[in-house]
Amino acid sequence: MTERTGISRRGLFGAAGAAVATGVAGYAAHSALATDKSQASGDDGPVEFHGVHQAGITTPVQDRLHFAAFDVTTTKREELIGLLKEWTAAAALLTAGRDIGQYGAVNGPDEAPPEDTGEAVGLPPARLTITVGFGPSLFDDRFGLKAKRPKALVDLPHFIGDDLEEARSYGDIAVQACSDDPQVAVHAIRNLARIGFGRVAVRYSQLGFGRTSSTSRAQATPRNLFGFKDGTNNLKLEDADKLEQQLWVQPEDGPEWMVGGSYLVSRRIRMHIETWDRTSLGEQEGVIGRGKGTGAPLGKADEFDAIDFTAKNSDGEPKVPTDSHVRLAHPQFNNGAELLRRGYNFVDGSDGLGRLDAGLFFLAYQRDPRKQFIPIQTRLAKNDKMNEYIHHVGSAIFACPPGVQPGGFWGDKLFT
Amino acid sequence: MSASFGRKASIVGAVIGLAALSACAKDEPAAKDDGTGPVTVKATDSGCDLSRRDVKSGTSTFSVSNGGSKVTEFYVYADGDRVMGEVENIGPGLKRDLIVELPTGKYQAVCKPGMVGDGIRGDLTVTGDAPSQVSADALLKQATESYQRYVNSQAVALEQKTTEFVTAVKAGDVAKAKALYPVSRTYWERIEPVAESFGDLDPKIDARVNDVEAGTEWTGYHRIEQALWVSNSTKGMEKYADQLLTDVKTVVAKAKVVKLTPLQLANGAKELLDEVATGKVTGEEDRYSHTDLWDFEANVEGSQAAIQALRPALQTRDAALVTTLDAQFKAVFTALDKYRVGDGFKPYTATEAEKKALGSAVDGLAEPVSQVAGVIAKK
Repeated sequence: MTERTGISRRGLFGAAGAAVATGVAGYAAHSALATDKSQASGDDGPVEFHGVHQAGITTPVQDRLHFAAFDVTTTKREELIGLLKEWTAAAALLTAGRDIGQYGAVNGPDEAPPEDTGEAVGLPPARLTITVGFGPSLFDDRFGLKAKRPKALVDLPHFIGDDLEEARSYGDIAVQACSDDPQVAVHAIRNLARIGFGRVAVRYSQLGFGRTSSTSRAQATPRNLFGFKDGTNNLKLEDADKLEQQLWVQPEDGPEWMVGGSYLVSRRIRMHIETWDRTSLGEQEGVIGRGKGTGAPLGKADEFDAIDFTAKNSDGEPKVPTDSHVRLAHPQFNNGAELLRRGYNFVDGSDGLGRLDAGLFFLAYQRDPRKQFIPIQTRLAKNDKMNEYIHHVGSAIFACPPGVQPGGFWGDKLFT
Repeated sequence: MSASFGRKASIVGAVIGLAALSACAKDEPAAKDDGTGPVTVKATDSGCDLSRRDVKSGTSTFSVSNGGSKVTEFYVYADGDRVMGEVENIGPGLKRDLIVELPTGKYQAVCKPGMVGDGIRGDLTVTGDAPSQVSADALLKQATESYQRYVNSQAVALEQKTTEFVTAVKAGDVAKAKALYPVSRTYWERIEPVAESFGDLDPKIDARVNDVEAGTEWTGYHRIEQALWVSNSTKGMEKYADQLLTDVKTVVAKAKVVKLTPLQLANGAKELLDEVATGKVTGEEDRYSHTDLWDFEANVEGSQAAIQALRPALQTRDAALVTTLDAQFKAVFTALDKYRVGDGFKPYTATEAEKKALGSAVDGLAEPVSQVAGVIAKK
């Protein structure tokens, strides 16, 4: 718990309005109000914005997501840098639970539109985190970044069955806003988009509810829209050594500006909910490789029991089928590769056929997609029994730089 | 039932019909009917007269003569239009025999002048000593045997029609190849879950362009479909045509000897409808030719064939479910009717509202079909 817990934006506003100076320096100063203790806490207080790594990766997964991918519309390097500085300053305020701008949402002149859109006034910080990543397309000729493109930031290959919609894929810059309150996450993306108009345009955005994994042992394993526990074997923030091995870019990996960062793969995975719901319990469990009630590996009793891939049924078939999801995705069959997943369920209403436009907005962080996501997904796309019930329609990859130091901005080392 | 049913049934009939032909040695005049000999059927364009409408249980012979001007077919249906026996392609002035084994019960005898529509129907009663109650296990055994025959008949037709298709492609006959493309696929789509169970063959034969792994060559029906409709040419397709036929022959050989359990029948019936719901209704399957509705109907027919095979067993366990299934199958075929042209379908370029209507009909059917496995599994 922190001393800021429970203080609403409305309560803070008087102080904020008085103290906020104009310009970037003022924004940055205010983010110091957040405490450094809060990143691992489960309360609704602010999560520290500054640090070695960006918040929103190992931060215990919040309940809600608003993810946006932007195309950079300006061709001027200075404008891009200026935008990142403004975004960084605004994000520090937003995550602290503060209005943005000199006057915020309601104290400005009558003649001007409010600087902050105002829908988060009165809401707690709700553990908002804002995480930024750069797509391969940013490293083209426009901004002189070609030579800085990390080798690990590969264009993802075509995976069998991919049915990608251009308008739901790729993007120059990604912004992931996670929060325990959906309105707080939407507020963040909305205001960043507004700041960016003229320099960036939203390419697509995705709302998510119901986190589908846990990134901390303090969190219970949630369920995805198939009704199964998801993320039991996820990388957890408590596994410090493993995170260095699997999640954070190390000095020997290079480039220097990415050290302490991580690579994000996002996939919009449509689930065929209606056909899944007509599938027998036995087949559902066989597809996943776990019991639906307990989440235990098939043949075991408890969710966290080790999976026994050699156990056989009386008919000689493996208890955990060879084409089951947990088996194919398990590090044992993927050269030890793991991912830190923090995906979200989504239901974007219904499609034109009256079926739920629903699924999983899969988000996974890793040290090197060439060794992690790509080989794992190649196996899954080819063999996973679950492919009968899912459909990958959106895809993107981003290089997420390390955390911002006070006075710095997102990706500052990239532009030096 | 819709016209579609006749086309599906005709394949079963083709096999039975061969046996019937060889058994048909000499004419038996209708006047000598003493209640034990063949039932004579006088089919015309507007009539279907049987010399009698009750027969003894066991083997019966129907001697069908066509006095009309249209080609006709003759069926014996059990409840729900389950085909007990069928003889097809009886031209004007021709006579064919149908030999069929009928247990005690109520049936319908049906002539189909022009080979379309519900046909001209009348009751047929079968009485006698043959046991009317068969044990549940025996009914399930019969179901798998019946479906096995269906798969076999479809496999034979798949090979024939694919051979014709491949021949047209290699001859450079674009028009003929286009006409045969949806027809040959019909037989594949009816038994798709069986065909899919043979590992690598399904992707080789039926992959869409986005199903292809990087570094792997795209082959099969849809590869040729793209050339036919996008390039309007068969150029360079010879090797894909040869490969397709080789792969289809392998599937056919395997399908003929595959052993299926009643649960696999039930699940296969559901899977076929899932195929319709996710691939056909959306128009993703035949994205160049827009012949999706042929595949759509074939999937539904294949599903229906599996359910029909299980029908006697289902009837004893959950008669209400059978009623629902009959109604929902009919609803799907009715929904398809507005797209029919002759023996086939209009190009599938449906509006969202039309897709929704088709999708809703499939959902309405798939829900009860998904319950069949649970009913079958109950001891």
